[in-house]
Amino acid sequence: MSNKGLLIKMTEIHVDVTGETCPVPLVETRKALRKASPGDIVEVTGTHPASKKEIPMAVKALNLELMEVKEEQGVWKIRIRK
Amino acid sequence: MNDKATIIVHSGDLDKIYSALIVANGALSMGMEVSLYFTFWGLSRLKKGELEKGPLSRMNMMGIGSRMVKSRMKKANVVSLERLLSDFKELGGKIIACEMTMEIMGIKADDLRSDLIDEYGAVGTYIQEAKESKINLFI
Repeated sequence: MSNKGLLIKMTEIHVDVTGETCPVPLVETRKALRKASPGDIVEVTGTHPASKKEIPMAVKALNLELMEVKEEQGVWKIRIRK
Repeated sequence: MNDKATIIVHSGDLDKIYSALIVANGALSMGMEVSLYFTFWGLSRLKKGELEKGPLSRMNMMGIGSRMVKSRMKKANVVSLERLLSDFKELGGKIIACEMTMEIMGIKADDLRSDLIDEYGAVGTYIQEAKESKINLFI
């Protein structure tokens, strides 16, 4: 018997806004989240310092799940679950 | 219903159109609905080929200031107004064009980029939008 019905199709979407400045990182994050399906993960990579704070604010305002925020040598990665 | 922001875009100055579109796109990105009400000099920026042609609100110096700021923006990797406007539409932003301005300034519907305009209206349309908005700006 197949258990295909139990498989959840989940996609991971990567958004690269390295080098982009206000308001592009926020806007591109929103665009990707709009296109994503519930359960999908959107991972945003960027360097604009203010966006590292502001994307999590947007995630909260949109009632989505902020999974992870990390930074290494000025490059941050933010993972969001829709 | 989502929170909403309404901005009267009265100025056609380059820097002020930037301010209006950046605030608008920020609000859309944070899950708000946004209406932009284009009137007077702002509306003339919606004429075909006019979006990027505004002067600076200060130190324009016959267009030298405007060109200088544009080149500094390019260096700082700031996107064009054209890109901001297409993002605005992609994220579901609404554009209202002021009919009275069209009449006063002799702007015909044909002169405007009608593909961007969701509605043509007057003050009543604006009040209807503004009274249900949490953010109301006049730029």
